[in-house]
Amino acid sequence: MIPGSFEYHRPSSLDDAVGLMSSLGEDALLVAGGHSLIPMMKLRMAAPEHLIDLQDVQSLKSISIDGGKVALGAMVTQAELIASEELCAICPLLKEASLQIADPQIRNLGTIGGNVANGDPGNDMPAVMQTLGATYMLTGPDGEREVAAKDFYEAAYFTAREDNEILTAICFDAPAKGHGSAYLKQKRKIGDYATAAAAVVLEISGGNCTAASIGLTNVGDTPLLAEEASAILVGSSLDDDTVKKAMEAARAITDPASDGRGPKEFRTHIAGIMVQRAIALAQSRAK
Amino acid sequence: MSEIDISMTINGQKVEGKADPRTLLIHFLREDQLLTGPHIGCDTTHCGACTVDMDGLSVKSCTVFVGQANGKDILTIEGMAEADGTLHALQTAFSDNHGLQCGFCTPGMITRAYRLLQENPDPTEEEIRYGISGNLCRCTGYQNIVKAIQVAAKELSSVKEAAE
Repeated sequence: MIPGSFEYHRPSSLDDAVGLMSSLGEDALLVAGGHSLIPMMKLRMAAPEHLIDLQDVQSLKSISIDGGKVALGAMVTQAELIASEELCAICPLLKEASLQIADPQIRNLGTIGGNVANGDPGNDMPAVMQTLGATYMLTGPDGEREVAAKDFYEAAYFTAREDNEILTAICFDAPAKGHGSAYLKQKRKIGDYATAAAAVVLEISGGNCTAASIGLTNVGDTPLLAEEASAILVGSSLDDDTVKKAMEAARAITDPASDGRGPKEFRTHIAGIMVQRAIALAQSRAK
Repeated sequence: MSEIDISMTINGQKVEGKADPRTLLIHFLREDQLLTGPHIGCDTTHCGACTVDMDGLSVKSCTVFVGQANGKDILTIEGMAEADGTLHALQTAFSDNHGLQCGFCTPGMITRAYRLLQENPDPTEEEIRYGISGNLCRCTGYQNIVKAIQVAAKELSSVKEAAE
């Protein structure tokens, strides 16, 4: 398959990239790892006249950890994220989720920024970032602004990012020391998008849950932050009745499509199972 | 649309040229450089038949524009054997262990396995299976592919030990 024609640009600074986005207007698209965009271009579902490759913008490539504050540059690849021992030590959830994305070749080029910015409800990192309470940094011609991950997704492929903005970094506070987390993904085969997936972060003290956050992947038009389900867990000993209530609260906010991954009812059912198992796994990992 | 200048290293040789920006790396390799080892299987980033090494990373060359590969160091199956024609341990192991039937996926399998063994010289069977999860074979059921990679891993380790 041959994509439509375009002019190729490879700016070496963020300023230059923002400048190109402004001057070229809506005919330009950014390419990070390209593993969402290039398949769309091959199908001619995307046909930009200009492609702006961000690979030389060094400022987008760093993983910065300062105390508990984490900033992931948008051009950090999934493979680099998996390889960061420092990051995995304070937030193992990211590596666990990343290892369930696609395959080694794709993780070598696919970036964290592309995964969260694309707006594909099948992508795994948006729900993970919502669960972590992350904030996205956006830079445009008028400067920088922040948007919370939970406010970023408007509908499938529609996000709060303006056409002339670049998502430059993802920032979050690492979960408390001793927290337990899990990302569980039901899929048809290795590397597939989720039939349903759940991210869970728990804090437990004296046998009781003191904080909880739950996110859901691919069971709606956008990633979902299951705030009610999380609230149900807090203060409980994570007994079966409470977990069952949280499962039902999570299922209640889903609205998956019926597709090759199963009918809507099945995917909603699986979402609850993923929540239940991820809670149990996160609980077993909490200290 | 204007062509862009292309400059990269392929199998140790400096290559210069011009290309339409929409040219995919796999098309540049196969049609411009006549390196037809990397195959186009699915053309949708699933099958891994087009796998090449780019700056020390396995990538699917059907999902990389030639401009993105500019300035990089590319290794294809054609660059695996030594100059005198001596096959790489992986190539020998695939042959000895019947790690292929139709052979269509083999260049991608071997190029991927080459990098996997650089990253993890002594992988478990599970690590091999996970490591080649981006490469599909529709003939073998993978048994002999995994076996060939295990044999090559042993061979490469013993060569390395002998050299030390």
